[in-house]
Amino acid sequence: MQIRWPFRAVQCRGIMGKGKIVAGCLAPHPPHLVYAENPPQNEPTAEGGWEQLRWGYERLRASLADVEYDAIVVLSPHWQTYVGTHFLGLPHFEGLSVDPVFPNLFRYHYDLNIDVDLTKAIHNEAQASGLSVKLMENPDFRVDYGTIVTGHMFNPSWDKPMVVISSNRSSQYYSVEVMQDMMIELGKVTRKAIEESGKRVVVIASNSLSHRHFTTESEVPEDMSKEHITSHAMHLWDMRMIDYMVKGQSQRILDEMPEFTEQAIAESDGGAFSWLLSALNVPDYPAILHGYGTIIGTGNAIVEWPCHAHEEGRE
Amino acid sequence: MSEGKIVASFVVPVHPHTVLAPDQNPGWKRLREAFDQAAQTIRELDADLIVVYSTTWPSVIGHQIQSDPNPEWVMVDHDFHDLGSIPYSFNIDQEFAHAWDDANKARGLQSRCVNYKGFPIDVGSVVALTLLNPDNKIPAVIVSSNVYANRSETTVMAKACLDVVKAQGKKVVAVTAMSLSNRMFTDFIEPSEDKIHSLKDHEWNQKILEFLRQGRLEDVGQLSRTIQQQIRVQKVVAFKPMWWLSAMNGNRNDLTGNVMAYEAIHGAGGAVVHLDPTPSGVGDKEYDEEDIEYFHGERGVLDAVEDIQAEELTPATNQNSGPELWEPTERKGSVNTDSAPKPVGAYPHARRVGNMLYLSGVGPRQPGTNAIPGGPIHDENDEPLDYDIKAQTHAVVENVRRVVEEAGGTMDQVVDVTTFLVDMKRDFSGYNEVWAETLGKVGPTRTTLAIDALPTPIAVEMKVIVHLGE
Repeated sequence: MQIRWPFRAVQCRGIMGKGKIVAGCLAPHPPHLVYAENPPQNEPTAEGGWEQLRWGYERLRASLADVEYDAIVVLSPHWQTYVGTHFLGLPHFEGLSVDPVFPNLFRYHYDLNIDVDLTKAIHNEAQASGLSVKLMENPDFRVDYGTIVTGHMFNPSWDKPMVVISSNRSSQYYSVEVMQDMMIELGKVTRKAIEESGKRVVVIASNSLSHRHFTTESEVPEDMSKEHITSHAMHLWDMRMIDYMVKGQSQRILDEMPEFTEQAIAESDGGAFSWLLSALNVPDYPAILHGYGTIIGTGNAIVEWPCHAHEEGRE
Repeated sequence: MSEGKIVASFVVPVHPHTVLAPDQNPGWKRLREAFDQAAQTIRELDADLIVVYSTTWPSVIGHQIQSDPNPEWVMVDHDFHDLGSIPYSFNIDQEFAHAWDDANKARGLQSRCVNYKGFPIDVGSVVALTLLNPDNKIPAVIVSSNVYANRSETTVMAKACLDVVKAQGKKVVAVTAMSLSNRMFTDFIEPSEDKIHSLKDHEWNQKILEFLRQGRLEDVGQLSRTIQQQIRVQKVVAFKPMWWLSAMNGNRNDLTGNVMAYEAIHGAGGAVVHLDPTPSGVGDKEYDEEDIEYFHGERGVLDAVEDIQAEELTPATNQNSGPELWEPTERKGSVNTDSAPKPVGAYPHARRVGNMLYLSGVGPRQPGTNAIPGGPIHDENDEPLDYDIKAQTHAVVENVRRVVEEAGGTMDQVVDVTTFLVDMKRDFSGYNEVWAETLGKVGPTRTTLAIDALPTPIAVEMKVIVHLGE
């Protein structure tokens, strides 16, 4: 497998008119990454850790530094909805997010803005296509920690408005195949709404790859001597998926998604990965692997599909 | 102090409709009325504590126990946010939470307390405590549902809870926040359209409720895997709460059950069920699955390599570097149990002669781990350590109880005790206090002696004689 390391994006500023997706990203959300960064918003402090992934996020940010965009659309597996797909529908959310699984690592004071117009545009397109959707307009709602971790690691300045989409758990109610059909449809309408909005947008799937956790935590959580993938089988599946990504074989990822999700207990069960590839129109160009590493045994890849470089001339 | 026990158990639904929208659907209203009736029953029982096992609080790193004495926030459901918000301010028994955490670890479980401002208490716990304990008068404890835990682990966690219930002498109400069938409609419906998602789900719910109505809780626990396959969406948490609730009730099948309400909540099966520990007369049943006292499954994932290295580098020894441990001897009349610490020589835990039971000297060491509650009295270099005589004495009494019960006896049959203390001046008062709370209430004769040392680094040991009755 050939891995392409730091990649400088093609500069493409100020092309307005038809809206477009300028980049797609796989940007996982383990709270350990924010914990290890020691930002002022997070209460616990760390001595570092998980550098391979944090350097990966640095490379992702550098790669997109010169790409102009108006909003970030993120689908997080940790806003889990069983009745339809939901969207944050108010312009502003702030509060304290405490991870219910790792409260010792993540107690983050968040403050984020929502692009309500774009949210409603995607919501309405999804509704028109027959998907069950709902706007979340309760001001007391706490934004899920997956969205916040990915939001922080991707854009620590929080200076871009977001669209936040829930993870419909149709893979649990029906099957991965049914989930994928729904998420492919959601991806298509997301792309359509973005194009009609006139905005330049980054779309992000906030999920890990293989997702089998350790069930114990070391006394110093950032003790990297304890960190490794939970099993060789998980590693092989992660490498297989990464190989497809960097070779531009997105359709094969979608084809193998049911097996991958089942055998690697992958976090793709939340639908974000399928939605992302669909929103990107199932890209046949190589993705950029910015980093791979494990977090409490789960496999995590930071990957960019540089649409701006590959689709600019297709308009 | 009274004897600690479970005075009632309840099964309650998790979704917020019963708090936020009972008037929108007659079924939700009936569930709410059953909640209110259950709250009244709990008040009348004069309970000291409510323990909630919630299926909507999943954990990964072992079992988590809420220990913030006053968690406050506003809960909004991820799906049903349009129904409104539920502000909460709960009264948590922090001391019990920490004791349960210790007891979990003593039984081989991964466990930790969580005490963080703003921790998101899950919807099931919020609904249960809001409605069952509306004035917050009764302290509560909440425990998570570990996503990887199996029956043995869930059972052992309940037994660890019971260890603390008994040690603290509390009257406890056990609550499982759970759905029966958990398949909801995946589309939005009008409240008036609500019904159980399918006939199959309804029929299985009826089977479960029929068992519970007869007080056959352990039977439901042993059907858990089948129920999970038949009527449960494969979420990360399986149909585990019945394992926990059954173990909390001694894995019995002869409770007195009362199904107070059964209704649909967005398609899922919601029920309020009261299980009274009073024997129903149905008759207890032989059950198939083995009982378990200590968890020995894979949990020390990260430390596995270290443990192997330690074993290779150091001679075999136990945790407290005391003498070698022995398997208890098996002879005619021997009474031995895995739930008592291993002997330090060739003798049984107890020996029965006719109706009399004679126990070997019982110390506070914990079975399985050999840990000493309250800490050892000196380190490996014989340097003295600070230790808690009360915790050690409590552990001795608990070990005595385990051996006596293994012989089919009860603590009120203890007739004579000889106690050995290694530091009479320092420890008599604390030991005497625990005695008064426990064996002192039973009334055996007692002799207390000061001695120079015991074989392991403990401060107290008891020699016990029991009359098992005719």
